[in-house]
Amino acid sequence: MDSCSLYYSLDLVASSGHVLTVEQRIALQTSLLILKKKYKFQRAMLWGKILGIQENYFIAQGRGESEIKDRKYLYSLDCMEWFLLPLVTESMIEEVSKAVRGHFIGEPSFVYEQIHSHGGGEEAAEGEEVIRVNEEKRLAVTVHLIDEDVSVVPRGAFIRNPLGHVQINRSFEGLSESEARRLENYLHFHERKTGNKKSITDMGEWSPAIDFLDALSDDIPKGSWSLQFECASRVCVLRSLLWPGLTFYHVPMTPQHGYIYIGFGMKNIDLPFKL
Amino acid sequence: MVQLLFAYRCGVRVDNGYNFTLINRIKLKVLLSSSYDHLTQLLTKVMDEHPNNAVDVFEEMSYEVKRASLNSMQSNLRDLPQLTATELLAEQQRSLFLQSDNEPLEDETGKPVLPNVSEISFYLEQAEVGLGREEMQRIFLALKKLVDSERLTHCRFWGKILGIENNYIVAEAENREGEEKDHYTIEDELKEQIKEPESLEKEPFEVRARNPFPHSAHKPQHEVPKEAIGIGANKFAYYVCKEPGLPWVKIPSVTPAQITIARQIRKFFTGNLDKSVVSYPPFPGNEANYLRAQIARISAATQVSPYGFYQTVGDEGEEEQELYWASIEVNPDFEGVPVRELAESLKVWVHHRQHILQQGRCTWENMAEKTGEDTNEETEDEREEELDEPEVGPRLLNPLSLDAEAQSSRYSKSMDLEYGVPTARDEFRSYVKSVCFLYSQLSHIQGNFYSTFSFCLAAEWQSN
Repeated sequence: MDSCSLYYSLDLVASSGHVLTVEQRIALQTSLLILKKKYKFQRAMLWGKILGIQENYFIAQGRGESEIKDRKYLYSLDCMEWFLLPLVTESMIEEVSKAVRGHFIGEPSFVYEQIHSHGGGEEAAEGEEVIRVNEEKRLAVTVHLIDEDVSVVPRGAFIRNPLGHVQINRSFEGLSESEARRLENYLHFHERKTGNKKSITDMGEWSPAIDFLDALSDDIPKGSWSLQFECASRVCVLRSLLWPGLTFYHVPMTPQHGYIYIGFGMKNIDLPFKL
Repeated sequence: MVQLLFAYRCGVRVDNGYNFTLINRIKLKVLLSSSYDHLTQLLTKVMDEHPNNAVDVFEEMSYEVKRASLNSMQSNLRDLPQLTATELLAEQQRSLFLQSDNEPLEDETGKPVLPNVSEISFYLEQAEVGLGREEMQRIFLALKKLVDSERLTHCRFWGKILGIENNYIVAEAENREGEEKDHYTIEDELKEQIKEPESLEKEPFEVRARNPFPHSAHKPQHEVPKEAIGIGANKFAYYVCKEPGLPWVKIPSVTPAQITIARQIRKFFTGNLDKSVVSYPPFPGNEANYLRAQIARISAATQVSPYGFYQTVGDEGEEEQELYWASIEVNPDFEGVPVRELAESLKVWVHHRQHILQQGRCTWENMAEKTGEDTNEETEDEREEELDEPEVGPRLLNPLSLDAEAQSSRYSKSMDLEYGVPTARDEFRSYVKSVCFLYSQLSHIQGNFYSTFSFCLAAEWQSN
């Protein structure tokens, strides 16, 4: 969520059970502003919090010209000092998925080790490979995967100009009460993955400047999002069941929206069994 | 000439020799007037509103003007006022704010019936857990209503469970005898089904002689009886509601079978108490029973307090077994534990709820006695061997450091270390945060004051 809207938007997602102390809030407001200036971001946002056993990580996101492509992540342990997370590559994702088990510890220099042997079982010594991953890399990969899978925006909030840059739509007035109850009006905020396989009747009302993202209702398995109205039914809250801890809020008829992830950073792979 | 050019632009066909037909003339007039009017309105709007970069937002303003003109051409029908869901909920929540008789909420011994929720929510906020101040306040008002309607002597906000369509807000209250409604539970249904196969045996003898059914050697195990109200897993009664302001529903007490199966399945809550739980192994109950079983497991495993806050109420010279259902009471001589110790080690935090045994109950029930009806000797011997020793669970008031899975105790970060709040939180039971904190006001402010509280928030319950 945007640093300028932090003071009221945290109350809107508190219904998921996570709040920040007053101290943390004021520290974040100050440090995000400094961060924005230092790294020359267009917008600095609080992305969320990953909970570990000993410590928690605060994650911030900075956005550049194109809101989708220019995204950088930083982490901090105390909301004041921020460190840049490394860029994520395919090989890093593979390493992390092989080596990592269990919860986050809370120490960025902690090293996860896994002995990965390929080849015959008896000749383990030759084909053995020790994969070492430190917690910083794990953090970077987790944050990247969560953003790719479950970052959400309401339809119409962002427009793509002819150059391909994605920008905020200044005349977005918010979804209406009835639109806010339908999952088709919420879109994933990442490069489009599914091809244009929709029939013309579905695409009839689309406008290419707005509908360039995947809708949430196309997610598999169906039902991996929980849409509710909280705070005496005034705020529409979307919670992801695939990455529990991700909360998206939108106040209908206003342009206020945002998402935050506060959780353990563990994907819920039992999802199909639980529904 | 200008008109001609304009007409051409608007796509009106012009005859050779500039002879307009009548229709084309009308068309031209309509087009001209609408474009001219539109531009006039647009420029008026620009002059009235003074946008910063008029050129940049020109197209959008033009769109808005068109939309506005369309609205004014609507019919004269008025909309029927429709109640939205928000308004309905607001009506129901209005009753929360009605003042009842201003009796102070105290029970016979003078202890407050309800906890001071705003104070507690402040401390929970220090531990980074909570529902936001407004929501907690609404919950407090709803609890007050519950206490008034059910005449409870003691009530506590247990926590919130997130569901797919609706969430559950759970309150814990004392469980009183004689209040179990006549629920048609799944147990009764199963008993009826067991009676049905017996009726099949009444087939005519001829059929039986021709096709003798093989006699099944399987004897279904007798169900472990559920604990009495007020003991063990059924010590407290739980009320749930979907939103503060909506009526509270009491969920039925839990049976050991439900607990054992709830340990083996993982399911999300939908928010509808009557929904059936489809799982393997099949769960004997609907979502209300599943909810109760999970609440029982969470409470038993994660409610903690500092060492010494509670003491056992024990008679002298008891056998070991009696310790398992010893009751506890607040220790009046509790002097407090230094804050540093609470934050750094786990030995000073102890469980103050009974552990649920493998059997599904807190107190051991010897099933071997029940099988005396069976004439099959083998099964009796087997069963006696298996159940020879009563199951032993960890003692009440067992410190956290002896738990199989590690938990963490932490100190809330604060610039002013004296006022920080040490908490113990259970991280390994994913998505369940049971936070118990001890707060103390320094002696130079108001005298020593200690209290413990535990708050559970669960999206779903996982046993690893």
